Amino acid sequence: MSIPVLKFDAVIVGAGGAGLRSAIQLSEAGLKTAVLSKVFPTRSHTVAAQGGVAASLGNSEEDHWHWHMYDTIKGSDWLGDQDSIEYMCKAANEVVVELEHYGMPFDRTDNGKIYQRPFGGHMSNFGEKPVRRSCAAADRTGHAMLHALYQRNVKANTQFFVEWMALDLIRDAEGAVVGVTAMEMETGQVVIFHSRATIFATGGAGRIFNSSTNAFINTGDGLGMAARAGIPLEDLEFWQFHPTGVAGAGVLITEGVRGEGGILRNSSKERFMERYAPNAKDLASRDVVSRAMATEIKEGRGCGVNKDYILLDITHLDPATIMKRLPGIREIGIQFAGVDCIKEPLPVVPTAHYQMGGIPTNYTGRVVVPKGDDLASVVPGFYAAGECGCASVHGANRLGTNSLLDLLVFGKSAGDSAVEDLKAGKAHRELPQGAAEQSLARISALDNRKGGANVYETGLAMRRCMQDHAGVFRFGDMLKKGVDKILEIEKAAHELEIKDKSMAWNTARTEALELENLIEVAKATMISAEARKESRGAHVRDDAPDTPEFPNGRNDKEWLKHTLFFPQEGNKIVYKPVNMKPLSVETIELKTRSY
Amino acid sequence: MSKRTIQFSIYRYDPDKDDAPYMQDISVELEPTDRKLLDALTKLKAKDDTIAYRRSCREGVCGSDAMNINGKNGLACLTDIDGLKQPVVLRPLPGLPVIRDLIVDMTQFFKQYHSIKPYLVNNDPAPERERLQSPEDREELNGLYECILCACCSTSCPSFWWNPDKFVGPAGLLAAYRFLADTRDQATNERLDNLEDPYRLFRCHTIMNCVDVCPKGLNPTQAIGKIKDMMVRRAV
Repeated sequence: MSIPVLKFDAVIVGAGGAGLRSAIQLSEAGLKTAVLSKVFPTRSHTVAAQGGVAASLGNSEEDHWHWHMYDTIKGSDWLGDQDSIEYMCKAANEVVVELEHYGMPFDRTDNGKIYQRPFGGHMSNFGEKPVRRSCAAADRTGHAMLHALYQRNVKANTQFFVEWMALDLIRDAEGAVVGVTAMEMETGQVVIFHSRATIFATGGAGRIFNSSTNAFINTGDGLGMAARAGIPLEDLEFWQFHPTGVAGAGVLITEGVRGEGGILRNSSKERFMERYAPNAKDLASRDVVSRAMATEIKEGRGCGVNKDYILLDITHLDPATIMKRLPGIREIGIQFAGVDCIKEPLPVVPTAHYQMGGIPTNYTGRVVVPKGDDLASVVPGFYAAGECGCASVHGANRLGTNSLLDLLVFGKSAGDSAVEDLKAGKAHRELPQGAAEQSLARISALDNRKGGANVYETGLAMRRCMQDHAGVFRFGDMLKKGVDKILEIEKAAHELEIKDKSMAWNTARTEALELENLIEVAKATMISAEARKESRGAHVRDDAPDTPEFPNGRNDKEWLKHTLFFPQEGNKIVYKPVNMKPLSVETIELKTRSY
Repeated sequence: MSKRTIQFSIYRYDPDKDDAPYMQDISVELEPTDRKLLDALTKLKAKDDTIAYRRSCREGVCGSDAMNINGKNGLACLTDIDGLKQPVVLRPLPGLPVIRDLIVDMTQFFKQYHSIKPYLVNNDPAPERERLQSPEDREELNGLYECILCACCSTSCPSFWWNPDKFVGPAGLLAAYRFLADTRDQATNERLDNLEDPYRLFRCHTIMNCVDVCPKGLNPTQAIGKIKDMMVRRAV
């Protein structure tokens, strides 16, 4: 069977914030670029971001990128790479201003500048007190941003392949990336995109958990493709549980609610965050707040009949402020909790939200893997940005508003790096023999298998396993059992059966292919989490408790290092050191974390 | 809410095997936690994986799961299942070609959106910092920028049904006014020229189906009226 080959200078997989931002760099540089997306670009999950994007513009009070850098490193529990973090925080003002120039409808201050609100973990003067750093368009910042980025791409004449699902990464004998295979969802046709540069901007895999703020499409496709092609996955034990998902529904309630003055209360109406984070209180870092909430619930101070949620209270705010700054939240409360937050507090629980780890890159967006003695050797032709990439700026815990910043900064830098490499580079590398074989075999197995595992049931088993064994609080024995279970589920996930055999818009096939990606991420998460015998950031386990020797359970002597998980090499883990050396300033030295 | 069984009548068509579309009767048992129509569709799909529909965010911001629900366009993820008369009749959005089941070909819809040049035009050299805009000027964009391009409005508009190739439709015109209303945009005249045509703008007969169905509570008819006002003011 001959497979059509489409040749491009660059292929970008994913059209959320990171993909669209890098596409602007490539299109405006006049390079022949294809952007592939499973959904129409404005339906990508960046659209659901609410509270804002961080930049030390200082529009309402003094701020400095160096303070932002300090907060990000502290937020990361020192697992973030300090060169990447400096790069991101320094570039923030520029990328946010660019976005404004693209037409993004930011809210405004009285003097016409971009409106900024406080957000968790963002402080002035190296951790002193909360600072207004989050640049916002009401509580629809992601929506406004994604549409502005798409619109800029329309202007730049970017070529989109809408409703195409990338299937597998193509690497040549030297390991260089030479393109991807992809399937047109409308027709089921598989095509090879042969490229000189391939940028992954496929987002996260939040759907590995049962209770998640993430969209159905967040299935870690880029990570699955990378894993199958022998690229290691970095730091996947670190997952952010957002403090405020709507109880039961999982829909996100922005931290901006607390930024505007919202307060978390337990069953006795107590503002319990004062006990856990006396200084930052409700605006402490997300891992800290989520753990405090889970502790309150665990100790019987949850709300409701089953004492299983916490209340987010903004009834003390002026209704006009709510309607102006948080209109979307009010709608969500009414829709998904049956509560009007002007009159009653919202029921919330910590909910899986963001993947701190991903495909290892450096701050230029180039993918880096171990090769010989070099733990960070560039994979020619391969770039990753946004949630699917790991630069690593979020380390063990991401600060709110740093995700939108990450996708702008590293979307742009990956785009710039690709432009630079393409201008320096030569012709297309040759496609290897049978470049599409793996993809065709996967599809044909799905089309022909009888008596295989059910996609819905297998997905549910995976999501429940992750929720039960790798949640907010982790336990040594549960993680061990979790590894066994997930390896069992993995077997089923490679033996899926679908009833739908149609070539036209076969969503059963798409969901099965997505599950094959999700399971790679679930497995990497569970095994990496079991292996890391300390508590750090969002990864907290009972057998690594808070002691005088290891405050908060963090063990820098043994565990100040990144996990690299190799599924293709017997689930091997290699560790690489954290880069403690920033680009121009002094190292932010290790310190015990408190808010 | 307790466990309950909901009856559906769903439009089915698979070009690979069906000569013609048909309505399929199917029921599904829901858990107490299933509140929205999309929850029910997810359960239906677990039972019969051949039912095809688009969905993503499940919270009404991505615009994927627009469909015709008991005769009215809406988003499955924002529609309470228990308020619906049974059998719940689900059809694809009207007026666009059906690809399969509840999935329509949205090419024409996006073509119209793209035709209004949906991007900010400002030819002044970019300043080092943000362009200033007063809070009052920014407020003019409220009710315009929130559109999620779900196409509920345009596919409920008789004028768009008749002339999808010539009439921009409510979603595209709402976007056009979003840029006309933006104090940072400099292409006012070109934008108005682009719409000065018996069809592109003036096919709107203020039937207001668009306002009735918009899941985000936006008002395209009002935006269209404001464009018409700008046309008139420009002419005098």
